[in-house]
Amino acid sequence: MKVSSTTIIINAFALLFLILAFINDKRKSKEALKVALKSFLNILPTTIMIIFAIGYLLTFIPPSAISKFVGEQAGFGGTIAVSLLGAVLFIPSVISFPLAGSLLQSGASVTSVAAFITTLTMIGFVTLPLEIKILGKKFAALRNGFSYIVALLISFLMGVILR
Amino acid sequence: MKKGNILKEYIILAVIVIATVGIFLVYPQKSALFEKNFFNYLVQMLEIFPAVMILSGLLKIFVSKDIVGKYLGKTSGFRGLIIAVLLGTLPEGPLYIAFPLVKELREKGAKVSNLIIFMSAWACIKIPQELVELQFLGLKFMALRLTLTIIFVIIMGLIAEKIYEGTAKSTV
Repeated sequence: MKVSSTTIIINAFALLFLILAFINDKRKSKEALKVALKSFLNILPTTIMIIFAIGYLLTFIPPSAISKFVGEQAGFGGTIAVSLLGAVLFIPSVISFPLAGSLLQSGASVTSVAAFITTLTMIGFVTLPLEIKILGKKFAALRNGFSYIVALLISFLMGVILR
Repeated sequence: MKKGNILKEYIILAVIVIATVGIFLVYPQKSALFEKNFFNYLVQMLEIFPAVMILSGLLKIFVSKDIVGKYLGKTSGFRGLIIAVLLGTLPEGPLYIAFPLVKELREKGAKVSNLIIFMSAWACIKIPQELVELQFLGLKFMALRLTLTIIFVIIMGLIAEKIYEGTAKSTV
């Protein structure tokens, strides 16, 4: 099995911080490992479900179809649609990246994929009522509204730069 | 997440596994392609998942919201904007956990621009999150999106503050 350099760097990075944490505070570090194990088990089923979805996507949906809806052919409309989907969906961002990667692999445009990830993380449609209740209508509207505009700007620039 | 939900998720997963076996008994010609894609992504995920979870766990335990709040409340000027971005990247957890903290800081007089920048960084510039992006979308994609996000989030915070304070004056 081939292990990519990215994988090695990520694991080395985590290991380095774990060692530093243990030197700093043994008890807290053990607690952190427990928290890590718990969240790993919590997110594992959802993660595997997403991987099943990716498997089906790459097996049964031809790249031409994906490209038509969220690829270069789809243009502006496609990006708007995906960005709205990202704003409404409530999936942990950590598992949205493999999904985004598989879309990119199968013909989606850089702009669409970037729009999806950015609105997904920045805008919380599901938590908007809570945000309004705690921070007020004006603040929540400004933050989410501007986030949407910024997400579109970022993704269009990415599309232009990474063409 | 509650215990019952997790059990439910594992049951759904079991159903998906059984359904998948069924589907590929019907379409055996597609099963090799599915297996290749499925295991490719599964391996890529499992290779980094423990590392990502450990980093999240460390951040969760070592970075307390109180400390973050203490530093954010004091910041101002250009340095304040940068500190707001950096502080936002540290705490773990979904954005809604930050709502009460932001409210408290606003009442104590923290700048609206810094609070919006802090929330945006919290939402989309997490270290463990960036590592997963690096794994699945590549260095170029990740680095460019990160750079653009930092730039635009700061501009957005400054403009949003102007509007927020402008309308606050007119309504008083």
